[in-house]
Amino acid sequence: MKVPVSWMSSYCDPGWEPEHLAERLAMTGTEVERVGIVGAPSAEGFVVGRVLAVEPHPDADRLSVCKLDAGEVERTIVCGAPNVAAGQLVAVALPGAVLPDGTKLKQAKLRGVVSDGMILSETELGIGDDADGIMVLDDPASSSGQPSTSPGSAGLARPGAAGPEPTPGDSLAELLPVSEPVLELAVTTNRPDCLSIYGVAREAHAISEAPLADPPWSEDAEAGGEGSVSDHASVSVEAPELCQRFTVRVFLDVEVGPSPAWLKSRLMAAGQRPINNVVDITNYVMLVTGQPLHAFDLEGVPDGELVVRRASEGEKMTTLDGVERSFDSETMLVCDREGPSSIAGIMGGQTSEVSDSTKRVLLEVATWDGVNILRSSRSLGLRSEASARFEKQLHPELTMRAQQLASRMLIDLCGARMVPGTIDVHEELPEPRKVTLRVARVKALVGMEIDADTCAARLERLGFGLERRGEEELVATVPPERDGDVTREADLIEEVARLADLDRTLPATLPAAGNRVGGLTREQGLRRLAEDVLRDLGGDEIISWSFTEPGLADGLRLPEGDRRRDVIAIANPLSADQSVMRTTLAGGLLDAARYNLSRGAERVALFESGRVYLRDGEPVVGSGPPGGEFSGRRPPPVLEPHRLGLLLSGAPQRAWRDAGPAPDFFVAKGILEALCGQLGAELQVEPAEEPFLHPGKSGRILIGELPAGWIGELHPLVARAWDLDAAAGFELDMGPVVTAAAYGEERYEDFTTYPPVNEDVAVVVPEGLPAAEVRAAVLEAGGALLHEAEIFDLYRGKQVGEGKSLALRLTYRASDRTLTEEEIAERRDAVRVAVEKIGGSLRE
Amino acid sequence: MVERIAEIRAEAEAAIAEASSTAELGELRVRFLGRGAELTLILRGIAELPAEQRGAVGKSGNQARGALEKLITDRGEELDASELERSVSEERVDVTLPGAPSPAVGHLHLITRTRRRIEDTMVGLGYRVMEGPEVELDHYNFTALNHPPGHPARMAQDSFYVAPGSVSAAALESAAVSLDEAVVLRTHTSPMQTRAMEAQGPPIFIVIPGKVYRRDSDATHSPMFHQVEGLAVGEGITLADLQGTLTEMLRAIFGEGREARMRPHYFPFTEPSVEFDVSCYRCEGGGKLADGSRCPLCKGVGWIEVGGAGMVDPNVFGFVEENGYPPDTTQGFAFGFGIERIAMLRHDVPDLRRFFDNDVRMLEQF
Repeated sequence: MKVPVSWMSSYCDPGWEPEHLAERLAMTGTEVERVGIVGAPSAEGFVVGRVLAVEPHPDADRLSVCKLDAGEVERTIVCGAPNVAAGQLVAVALPGAVLPDGTKLKQAKLRGVVSDGMILSETELGIGDDADGIMVLDDPASSSGQPSTSPGSAGLARPGAAGPEPTPGDSLAELLPVSEPVLELAVTTNRPDCLSIYGVAREAHAISEAPLADPPWSEDAEAGGEGSVSDHASVSVEAPELCQRFTVRVFLDVEVGPSPAWLKSRLMAAGQRPINNVVDITNYVMLVTGQPLHAFDLEGVPDGELVVRRASEGEKMTTLDGVERSFDSETMLVCDREGPSSIAGIMGGQTSEVSDSTKRVLLEVATWDGVNILRSSRSLGLRSEASARFEKQLHPELTMRAQQLASRMLIDLCGARMVPGTIDVHEELPEPRKVTLRVARVKALVGMEIDADTCAARLERLGFGLERRGEEELVATVPPERDGDVTREADLIEEVARLADLDRTLPATLPAAGNRVGGLTREQGLRRLAEDVLRDLGGDEIISWSFTEPGLADGLRLPEGDRRRDVIAIANPLSADQSVMRTTLAGGLLDAARYNLSRGAERVALFESGRVYLRDGEPVVGSGPPGGEFSGRRPPPVLEPHRLGLLLSGAPQRAWRDAGPAPDFFVAKGILEALCGQLGAELQVEPAEEPFLHPGKSGRILIGELPAGWIGELHPLVARAWDLDAAAGFELDMGPVVTAAAYGEERYEDFTTYPPVNEDVAVVVPEGLPAAEVRAAVLEAGGALLHEAEIFDLYRGKQVGEGKSLALRLTYRASDRTLTEEEIAERRDAVRVAVEKIGGSLRE
Repeated sequence: MVERIAEIRAEAEAAIAEASSTAELGELRVRFLGRGAELTLILRGIAELPAEQRGAVGKSGNQARGALEKLITDRGEELDASELERSVSEERVDVTLPGAPSPAVGHLHLITRTRRRIEDTMVGLGYRVMEGPEVELDHYNFTALNHPPGHPARMAQDSFYVAPGSVSAAALESAAVSLDEAVVLRTHTSPMQTRAMEAQGPPIFIVIPGKVYRRDSDATHSPMFHQVEGLAVGEGITLADLQGTLTEMLRAIFGEGREARMRPHYFPFTEPSVEFDVSCYRCEGGGKLADGSRCPLCKGVGWIEVGGAGMVDPNVFGFVEENGYPPDTTQGFAFGFGIERIAMLRHDVPDLRRFFDNDVRMLEQF
């Protein structure tokens, strides 16, 4: 919403600089995006001049040489406009003035004649769209009116317009908005009243306490014609639930033409293009009152019959912007006998457009259902100044304000005669809303004392009617333009509080302590620990998009039926590559690896800590933050298990002494082991295939017996698809980890009283036998005394033939005695038997 | 014999004193104390001596042996130390070579670090950290936050909708919502306000960090970003308490001496509603730098917008009334803001999109 400051000030002038006004508005709830200037950057150098004489230019057919009185000295100005004539009062820019387009005016020689300034057109001044000739400020024949700046009607006048006749040399700014400060407001959806100049003026009044002029609509126009409006028009509302009120007036003998300069300049400053006086009046009245209006050429409405109804599915109409549009059955239309004439509350149609030849005007001012207008304007992709107001739900009372002001202006500026009467179709109109404010509640909610008198004064300035009920209660009658926003006591408290200069007066306190203890949940703490471990082991944390492309499943070679193909799809994605929610962290890690390696990184160690999104089905065991187990009465619609993913790729770390290892399966597993070790979660990896992993170098992660993810080297074809040489990584479900983690629950174990006995053994087993099985067999045979069996070497070679040799360090310990050599020998025999049972032998 | 012992001792003492290496000392040990050494032989032959000599010879012989052993040991330690000195002084490494690389330590994402900092601050103020679903029912994302269907504020936050059929009917049934209830990617962390109040009666003091989604993408908007929500509901909690809480939080993030400022605003789920700013930490809120130029961070305003807040709207309590939140007597505040915005301000990150490029050249800066 653009609010020209001088226009607003004509209703309430706090006497503040525009920047200060903007700041105070912002601090009381009306956000000001910027304070702009419409027109020239400064009014300096723009004056009123009188043309004394006009002579043809000696060397140019189209130019005239004018003698001008512009105060002080007589000036010669070369002018190209056809309408310049001696005696005219004109707008002049003197050398040094900066024009709205940024040009700094200089004395110039035009075809040999020195020109000492410039006579201006509306366009050059940026206050109108008439570029055909210069602006004549006092020509009675011109449409600019006389004196040009006065609308000649009570309540419409610009301040100071009734002053003395302008004289040559006067600053032009006294007559025209040469350099007009404009507040650009970002109005919140609850304040349609601030989509009106008078509404903003009321805010200025409430903040500054400067006087507020009576509303410009307070006086109605006098009818001039004979008969009644019903002789010319009729209205039938077939969908009253979507059209609370529909009012019509009819005007005859309308003279359509350009609007006067003051009107055009106000519209231009407010960002509206002047069209003709009738349309300009509807726009102007909308800007003043916040209530949109629509003018029909009555000739375009057969017999003046209007029907307000829902469109039939697929019904079409060409709107004022020349586009043919098709409607669905929820769109409201204003129709004539032959079909749609305008889209209700959004945009008019061509058949009844007001044109230069229009003589009879039907003025519609209606109240539409805000939700319906919003829906229709979105589904049509068509938003207008009118729909932006209607969608915020206007009050039916505003219609007559707009009718009254517009009627007066049509009579004054278009010479129209108003046919007596108003067609006013409405259901029962709502009674003014009354809301009670208990003054004590203000302090209770705001934390600052605001007394009853102050509350009352603030509400009154905002237009509320007030009734005191004892010392402690106020009953406020809500003005119609605020009806949607203020319905409860809390809303009144906000009104009172927002005018309290909160930025300067509100104390800063803290809530009373109460019985509360802050903290992270165990899950959150473990997640932080896990992230820290991955970081400490070299991982750079990434955050990749939660949404991905549907093709990722193919890229990862996931077979039909794989649960990770069962994606949550976005109905309205920004792009296809962000159209489904991820079901694995692998995609984001692979993308990030490629991104970095292709940009010069030699290696990457990336990890992500985040959720995947799974359709319901088999719930993930103990999965969290616990996916599907969020608090609240209604279960969440999908599962969102938290995962940790890691991906290593690129060249090994180079160094002058020991180069780092290549990023293979075992590096990834080392990290996974360290991670699980820190969390105290029991980890197993068993051979298993994943479609996107190397079939011989991949496994399933088990945490405390529960499946918890995959680990492995990337399948070479997948690696190739992501331009990677090789890569290894894992994806770990945090749910089972949290369930299994012993972190924080560890118990002290005695290690001094009965020292352990260590013994190294070498076991030769067939090549295909997994080391974990060997270790498990050894541990089982060792029984309760065998505390740990750690594999520390792997040997293949002639001495062991076809098989492989694993070296294990066995740690024997009893908690209640020192072990004897005999006991250990016994265990060793048991281990030998167990190893032989799985097809191996103990090397002595 | 005793004289001979004295001679041997003197000879040995001189030789030990002159020994110049531990190797030479070893030879001396063999020569004077070894199995075939004269002193050893004398001591071994004592039994064959006349009885009256045995005492004197034995005594002086053992004394000499003891003294020599001590001398050799002491001298040995001296020589050993000086030999080590010498050999150490010949060992040299190039100390200017880089160290053997320890396993590289990685980096947490700046968003993670910033989020943790905010969480820790709020935990210190007595808040628990809660999380909620990102794929959320329309009910929690909008309706229960006082955005009734058709409310313009719903449209202001352009939402991503989940395609019908993507969520199983069973899931919607168990949520006891209509089968055509829209499912959205949550547009803010606020839906968790209602979920948390459904799960727990007052008083409640929680913060909710997490990912949120809006249909918008440019230098200042990302379709996915992170927010932190705060909710405090309890007896007598006021707007002034909100001011104090925001002040503490902003000081923890932006430094002591910062001030918080509230500007009235509008949100459907708070009333009164405010936006809150922090005083600019670059120009100390004055709008101008030391050299008099306009502060580039706050654009000369002295304040930087951070987020939105307000007193929880009675209509929101209306949705959790039966869990101990009667709307006419319950009060509390809520606030929310973007984590990216804090990180950008705090660490001079110029473009929101940098957070999701996952470029290690950025990741490794933090």
